[in-house]
Amino acid sequence: MDHQPPPFFKRGPAPLARLSFYAGLSLALIFIDARFQTLELLRQGVSLLTHPLQQAAHAPVQFFENAASYFSSIARFQDENSRLKRAQLDGAETLLRTRHLEAENERLRKLLDVKGRQQGNGQVTQILYAARDPFTRRVIVDKGQQDKIVAGQPVIDDAGVVGQVTRIFPFVSEITLITDKDQAVPVQIVRTGLRSVVFGLGNGQLELRFMPANADVQNGDLLVTSGLDGIFLPGLPVAKVVHIERDTSYSFARIFCVPVAGVENFGEVMVLDPRATTLLPSQLTTEAAAGGTKTPLKPGAKKRHLKRE
Amino acid sequence: MQPTFSSSRILQPVRPWFVLVTLLVALALNFLPTSAWPWMPDWIALVTIFWSIREPRRVGMGSGFILGLAMDVADASLMGQHALAYVLASYAASTLSRRILWFPLGQQALHVLPLLMLVQFVQLAVRAMPGTELPGLSYFIGPLVGTLAWLPLTFVLLLPQYQPVDRDANRPI
Repeated sequence: MDHQPPPFFKRGPAPLARLSFYAGLSLALIFIDARFQTLELLRQGVSLLTHPLQQAAHAPVQFFENAASYFSSIARFQDENSRLKRAQLDGAETLLRTRHLEAENERLRKLLDVKGRQQGNGQVTQILYAARDPFTRRVIVDKGQQDKIVAGQPVIDDAGVVGQVTRIFPFVSEITLITDKDQAVPVQIVRTGLRSVVFGLGNGQLELRFMPANADVQNGDLLVTSGLDGIFLPGLPVAKVVHIERDTSYSFARIFCVPVAGVENFGEVMVLDPRATTLLPSQLTTEAAAGGTKTPLKPGAKKRHLKRE
Repeated sequence: MQPTFSSSRILQPVRPWFVLVTLLVALALNFLPTSAWPWMPDWIALVTIFWSIREPRRVGMGSGFILGLAMDVADASLMGQHALAYVLASYAASTLSRRILWFPLGQQALHVLPLLMLVQFVQLAVRAMPGTELPGLSYFIGPLVGTLAWLPLTFVLLLPQYQPVDRDANRPI
């Protein structure tokens, strides 16, 4: 390919020219996608073309899975059914009391004139498959734009937080698991009420970062969402502390946790509705917009600034 | 063209629709939910490299780029990551095609191994730049399996080009 063909054979641009064109295009895509995240429309367009082929590729796999479950013994299902019934009965008492407590809490909050807590509602979706990308921990679920899923919605299973919706396609959407590297969830320790943020480590564990070495954290502490992010509802279980390293040479303790929910399992998960956003008072938003640029403005300057807006 | 350099059989010219079908089948194979099996070879890389060696004028960087974009979307990876890897591998394969075709199949497979490794390393480099977790060594088993798959793959992909062996004593060739 390297030697020059005579000009009367039309062979298009030289290989090196084509290579630099395509490589440059790919590098530009990589850069834009990594820095600006503005390629979602292109992604959705391509996914419209790839989705049918993906469905076709998954069809035989699903067929074999269905066939296997069809032939699995009826005794197993009966056993599972009775076990689930018992579990439901066990949980019924707690559930009834929780409802009662929630109603009571709502009433008390009204008496105190505190804004009520939002109820968690959501849609049950099925995990289709784990993304083939070996660098991240993501799964694809079977609901997308058509079911009005939006990016950012929290995802839970029966035990706790699983992850967050990060990308939406027309028919499917992509969930980043909480164990994905640097996926952050604001949490609170149930025992002490201490607030922090838990980060995924990428190896199936989570780490509670920026906790002072003498912080009151113990093995077995349960972390629940603090709700300060405005995305997760407060009080959803996230992780359990399993290992603490307190090294005096560092100012922070290294605290390792494991997720409570079956994060790496397959099955059904619930995509919670986006949380109703509470708007900041207008004075605070203008202050935040103005204060981000310069040192605190004088009252007169602020007035002028407001007028200009 | 011959199946191997020592063979006396002459292949029929390739049919464009067959090339297209094999590329689509490779895409479908890559779409199978095989994330639990890291040793699964990258079928698109294999088939793109195969056709870039055999038919560098029909299949090359353009198809590699388009298939790479499809993989990026389906795989939920960084946009352009697979595309860059396939484009580079396809360029290297088409540059080496005159050389590789002179070797017997086993040694051809040894030439393909570094190309498949290049695909993995390019993706690793692209992902390591913004910073992600590193996959284990099992990430590099796929190219080894792909190298082993080169021999049966060559046979299957060249199958429609074989002519029936009819010996005719009166024919000059």
